[in-house]
Amino acid sequence: MANISARPLDTSIEAPGSSRRTSDIGTILSNAMIITRREMRDSFRDWRIIVPIIILTFFFPFLAQFTAATFSNYLEGFGAQIVGTRTIPFLLMIVGFFPISISLVIALETFVGEKERRSLEPLLSTPLTNTELYVGKTLAAMLPPLIASYGGMAVYIASLVFGNLEWRPNLLLVLQIVLITTVQALVMVTGAVVVSSQTTSTRAANLLASFIILPMALLIQGESAIMFLAPDADSPNGIGALWAIIVGMMIVVVLLLRVGNSIFNREELLGRTIDELNFRNIARRLWLSLVGVDNKGTVAKNPIDWYARGVGGSIRRLGLALPITIGVFVFAFVAGIVVGLLPDWQLNLPRGLPLDSVGSGIGSYTGLLFGEQNPVFAIAWQNGRILLAALILSTFSFGIAGLILTPAVYLVLGYLVTQVIAAGYNAGFMVPAILTHGIVEIPVIVLAVAASLRLGAVVTRLPAGMTLGAGWTQAFGDTAKIVIGVIIPGLILAAILESYVTPLVVTLFLGG
Amino acid sequence: MIEAHDLSKFYDDFLAVEGVNMHVPSGEVLALLGPNGAGKTTTVRMLTSILAPSAGWARIAGYDVVNEPEKVRANVGVLTEQHGLYERMRAIEYLDFFGRIYRLSADVRKKRSYDLMERFGLTFALNKKLGEYSKGMKQKLALVRAMLHDPPVLLLDEPTSAMDPQSAKQVRDAIEELQRDERTFLITTHNLTEAEQLANSIAIIRRGRIIASGTFDELAIRFAGEIVIELRARGQLNGFSADLARTFDGRLQVQESGENWLHYRISEPTETINPSVIRHAVAQGVEVVSLAPLSRTLEDIYLQVVKEDEAQGGVDGEHLR
Repeated sequence: MANISARPLDTSIEAPGSSRRTSDIGTILSNAMIITRREMRDSFRDWRIIVPIIILTFFFPFLAQFTAATFSNYLEGFGAQIVGTRTIPFLLMIVGFFPISISLVIALETFVGEKERRSLEPLLSTPLTNTELYVGKTLAAMLPPLIASYGGMAVYIASLVFGNLEWRPNLLLVLQIVLITTVQALVMVTGAVVVSSQTTSTRAANLLASFIILPMALLIQGESAIMFLAPDADSPNGIGALWAIIVGMMIVVVLLLRVGNSIFNREELLGRTIDELNFRNIARRLWLSLVGVDNKGTVAKNPIDWYARGVGGSIRRLGLALPITIGVFVFAFVAGIVVGLLPDWQLNLPRGLPLDSVGSGIGSYTGLLFGEQNPVFAIAWQNGRILLAALILSTFSFGIAGLILTPAVYLVLGYLVTQVIAAGYNAGFMVPAILTHGIVEIPVIVLAVAASLRLGAVVTRLPAGMTLGAGWTQAFGDTAKIVIGVIIPGLILAAILESYVTPLVVTLFLGG
Repeated sequence: MIEAHDLSKFYDDFLAVEGVNMHVPSGEVLALLGPNGAGKTTTVRMLTSILAPSAGWARIAGYDVVNEPEKVRANVGVLTEQHGLYERMRAIEYLDFFGRIYRLSADVRKKRSYDLMERFGLTFALNKKLGEYSKGMKQKLALVRAMLHDPPVLLLDEPTSAMDPQSAKQVRDAIEELQRDERTFLITTHNLTEAEQLANSIAIIRRGRIIASGTFDELAIRFAGEIVIELRARGQLNGFSADLARTFDGRLQVQESGENWLHYRISEPTETINPSVIRHAVAQGVEVVSLAPLSRTLEDIYLQVVKEDEAQGGVDGEHLR
């Protein structure tokens, strides 16, 4: 009978790679590849995966080549060779895209399928880190379709180069198509991981996958339009647009990778999973996050307590979002100044106008801009709706939208300062014109944007020990408290100052 | 060794496990019993560093489950509630895959796989696809996987469920063998006979809380009343019953007696009092044929524990904080 105990007890087992730093990329990849190899072997044993890959790699490119050649010849008869010519790279993109669309299926299968079959827990009980599991499974979902995609494109290009068409590809465009295909695969797989981690069945995952497929379909249409309208190196705008798409998608990939890595953890995967929406419970949790002064939802004793512990704590939890927002605003202002100094961008304002005449008329400028009826409401609403738009868009863009929308005004301000100075005026009057109400308005805007940034970005870096739901609920509660406690009263106060005090101060400054 | 102090897990207002304390020394088996949804799996998952405790701490083989998760997982073998095998793989590939994860060398992977498969009578199925395995074979293979890296601590969830009696005995023998080699076990099971047979200590968990724990005898005394021992002798006992009651006054009570037998109640563990009783009987010329507790099963104790807990207002199902 074999001995089942192979080792004296006094030695404990070292975790794989534990003698090295856990961030050692070599160790992570080496451990991740154990998972990747198994998953790939498993995928290649499934005819439902292997048959489409073979067809799309070895047969579809010839069909595409046949279509390209037929289309080209047909259009040549009408003198529209250019359409035929531009169909060739477009079909290259399609040949590359079809196999990578399988990566979405594999990713959903590898993550949520394994969860559904309950084979994930033994894997989670091993010493592999969350990152190693995540990288291993992501690579496993990506590599087979990507290899098929590169193979298919190679077959297609070869058939065109060595076939009757004797096509000579534009290497830059081919490189762009290869890169686009790669980042598209990355976007789909990293998106699928996020979807999978929040579902318990492949059915639910497939339904949610439409959030990945639909934007991707729109993107492909956009890319196709660009390739038909301006596909070659001679059209810098077309080439630039494709590069912009590649860079944009890379940013999305990085953000999705961060989200995936932060929610692909044992706690999220095996924690209490809820598929049904309990609106009462959701409403209760959101309400507690609003009226509570801590993570446990302890309700504030009174409004002062709510301000001191609730709102105060929420502002403190903004953390890095606050300096990032301030940095972006300062950068926008400086960028405005730099742009204003460029000769091509000069406004050439009329020189030598008497500023005191401006001062005498400035009292009514708020009325001109926002209507005579209620300038306070108009100003507050104007600022409020921009911040509201920034908040809503930030929620769905990892916080980026807020950082793009709101600093624009500081860019314009920096630009205008240079124009005023360039025209020979004393720009000093802009200081009271901005700071009188800006002393309230600017911090309020900074807080609002920082809160939007945190609300959108919280999914990319969850607070320690928090699940996705708990982390997001906390960020939502913090944002709501800041909005109600600081931003709304701040915007109203700033609007009052801007309506009634700023004109007086500026008039005094200009001697009106 | 397994240590846990005040180990708790909450999900918002749902209490999964609260205030679990345990100390399982090397070479011992703790059986964690309880109804479905009582918190057994959550406890095991916390001890495997899969779920982070909401409060309290636990150490496995000397490693902290929160701060040293990879080391904890390297030192435990886990048999999960669902065997979770990859059905398209062959057994040998499956074990090789897990062996690689545990960084076992190729030789060790191969040797351990063959030895363990032989131990559990699965050598014939080494090259079979796991989809073709029977339920019991899958369970045994999952157990082989848990033992592959020869961990000092094994956490086994229902180790013999779905097994035929012969396979179940193989598994129990393996556990006893490893126990002799100082491996530590935590077993969750609904098979109370098996728990009684294997466990050095027992903990009963209900609604996330340990409601009773101790050795079988301790639990028996606490929940099934004092232990009743039956002494059978060759020949008549004559006045031995009265003599025994007099000699061990306060430590045992003679309940009833017959011509060649007597029943006595004890209020302390059998291992402390029975040797003295036997010595006394021999000194009095009584030829003892057998001395054994009257049958009280773990099932009796378990049902009594649950009954008492219910009497205090506890019901199974969703437990809120």
